[in-house]
Amino acid sequence: MIYQDSKTILEVRGLRANVNGVEILKGLDLTVKSGEIHAIMGPNGSGKSTFSKVLAGHSAYEVTGGTVLFEGKNLFELAPEERARAGVFLAFQYPIEIPGVANSQFLRLTYNTVQAERGKDELDPLEFDDYVREKMKLLEMNPDFLDRSVNEGFSGGEKKRNEILQMAMLEPKLAILDETDSGLDIDALRIVSNGVNHLANKDNAMVLVTHYQRLLNYIVPDYVHVMEAGRIIKTGGKELALELETRGYDWVSAESKAARLAA
Amino acid sequence: MSATLQNLVNQPYKHGFVTDIETDVAPKGLSEQTIRMISAKKNEPEWLLEFRLNAYRSWLKMEEPTWANVKYTEIDFQAISYYAAPKPKAKLKSMDEVDPELLRTFEKLGVPLHERAALAGVAVDVIFDSVSVATTYKEKLAEVGIIFCAMSEAVQHHPELVQKYLGSVVPVGDNFYAALNSAVFTDGSFCYIPKGVKCPMDLSTYFRINTQESGQFERTLIIAEEGASVSYLEGCTAPKFDTNQLHAAVVELIALDNADIKYSTVQNWYAGDENGVGGIYNFVTKRGLAKGVNSRISWTQVETGSAITWKYPSCVLLGENSVGEFYSVALTNHHQQADTGTKMIHIGKNTRSTIVSKGISAGHSNNSYRGLVKVTPTAAGARNYSQCDSMLIGDQSGAHTFPYIQVRNNTAKVEHEASTSKIGEDQLFYFAQRGIGAEAAVSMIINGFCKDVFQQLPLEFAVEATNLLSFKLEGSVG
Ligand SMILES: Nc1ncnc2c1ncn2[C@@H]1O[C@H](COP(=O)(O)OP(=O)(O)O)[C@@H](O)[C@H]1O
Ligand SMILES: [Mg+2]
Repeated sequence: MIYQDSKTILEVRGLRANVNGVEILKGLDLTVKSGEIHAIMGPNGSGKSTFSKVLAGHSAYEVTGGTVLFEGKNLFELAPEERARAGVFLAFQYPIEIPGVANSQFLRLTYNTVQAERGKDELDPLEFDDYVREKMKLLEMNPDFLDRSVNEGFSGGEKKRNEILQMAMLEPKLAILDETDSGLDIDALRIVSNGVNHLANKDNAMVLVTHYQRLLNYIVPDYVHVMEAGRIIKTGGKELALELETRGYDWVSAESKAARLAA
Repeated sequence: MSATLQNLVNQPYKHGFVTDIETDVAPKGLSEQTIRMISAKKNEPEWLLEFRLNAYRSWLKMEEPTWANVKYTEIDFQAISYYAAPKPKAKLKSMDEVDPELLRTFEKLGVPLHERAALAGVAVDVIFDSVSVATTYKEKLAEVGIIFCAMSEAVQHHPELVQKYLGSVVPVGDNFYAALNSAVFTDGSFCYIPKGVKCPMDLSTYFRINTQESGQFERTLIIAEEGASVSYLEGCTAPKFDTNQLHAAVVELIALDNADIKYSTVQNWYAGDENGVGGIYNFVTKRGLAKGVNSRISWTQVETGSAITWKYPSCVLLGENSVGEFYSVALTNHHQQADTGTKMIHIGKNTRSTIVSKGISAGHSNNSYRGLVKVTPTAAGARNYSQCDSMLIGDQSGAHTFPYIQVRNNTAKVEHEASTSKIGEDQLFYFAQRGIGAEAAVSMIINGFCKDVFQQLPLEFAVEATNLLSFKLEGSVG
């Protein structure tokens, strides 16, 4: 929701980034304020995941230009774990498996690490078990997932739910959901969307990266952006998503080219 | 590999201090003369001197083995002193008479030497350089007939037991280092659990090398009579020297009918510095004989130290239905080299063995698993399950697996599984994205990787092993 007195959470100006020496992000601008939900859409390979990982601080991506302020501070001065503790959360498009590490143990460590940063009490294993089971109910997750290794052998949809579970636990300031909807059946989509809607409030913000407008039937965005070749080339309201669904991306691309030529 | 991964392995060794204590050190060099000197110092019976001389003569004819996947400059066996002992002030009667400097050393190392402090309820035998300094809880154990004392003491007070079993599992000419040990061993632990007795506490030996030029050659013998059981723990550390010290121990275990011996080691000998200078050469022969029906021998080892580790704790499964187990974590970093594994020799019917080996290599280190599963024609129904997993940290280290399987009975079932994994940048990034830094992440991944082995350790040892691995890996990840 757009609020009058909202604070700027994320301010991206002219962001450029390389991977393996190839420029992927080519001058990206985006402003996200508290309370807002943004959707970023765009064809495969346009740089959506790259943008998410640059924000989270993955070392394979080299920032070559532009600025990113998170709550007014230079995001690039923080190590990846510091960004996470400060409230930047990324739900991965492809969550990695960590064999041998029990999910419950991992979840508790991440929860307690972030709680400690916020000056709040850490939970012992028993307290945490109660806490996490409540959160899992919300996402209709089977508690058996606590005993398994992190993401190991999880189906695509189960991995995504595990991501949203972590988001629900960590209560981030800025959550970036990278194609969390892809690979989910309708029930899972509804459950995950409920989880996201439950969490959204006037002090935090969400960025949903998605291909499909169907997610936006469940989570209503305040802004829809179209990304192409490492740039945001069009921004509109929620109706833009519907238009993209029926007309595809080509017309946006053509429009933006024409506008650039005119300028 | 990024800087975080690099840093996680580069931790200083905290047991590297030298104790300033008056020591009685024999001149360097090895000859019959030396052996007679050791034997005389220890006031040994004639048969033991013969045992040593026999071993020495076999050793002279043997070649240093070269098949292990390790490289080092040739050892000059004449440049080693074969006997070093803290000078006793007088004969010790109680713990209070132990040299306070020694007590401080063991306090620093966290060994519960003082009975008062031994709240953990662990009976400890402490080997300092070549001699056993103190054995706690001796009287209490004696009440149930358990003998737990220094080997040299056993030779004096229980010669018939020592003579019967010494060399019965590892013969004097078994291999190069075992022969050397048999010739010059100075002390070690002796442990005898009589028929039907379940040892009421864990027994423990703590080994410490303190003298620069000395080798350490200890000899351990554990006998569990019919229906007896015991859990035995071994820990080891050494000061930092820029030269290499040789440690060539022999451990023999004998389990009779329905007896059960569990032997756990946390090995943290000095490993050399980050350039591979100094450190202990750990060439050890450990073997258990599951002699009786339904007997069980279980080895658990956490090998984190030493410049070179050459070690294959083995089980000879002679008794029908006897069981052999080997659970191992071997961590190498910097320029450490480990070639370790086990041998399971199935002779009796329906014998079973389990091998779980976890190798972790960081830095420029080299970590090999070498294991033999041998099923002789008599071992009908024998079964083995082996699982060998390797984990690489960074991209400069090596992991190798050499499984040898010889099956001569077609009713036997042998299974082998192996895997290699790597702590990847993307895993660390996932942890980081959840607020968890590289060190905590690596420690969590490693502990998960080693879980099947750690859960075999007695609780205090499991905690120590967990901390030790994290400590050893600090600074290696980036
Ligand atoms: N680690 C990488 N190495 C090489 N190329 C990459 C890497 N990550 C992304 N790319 C390339 O960057 C471009 C953008 O990819 P990505 O950000 O995943 O797009 P999207 O998420 O919009 O589908 C693609 O051409 C992709 O091949
Ligand atoms: Mg993507």
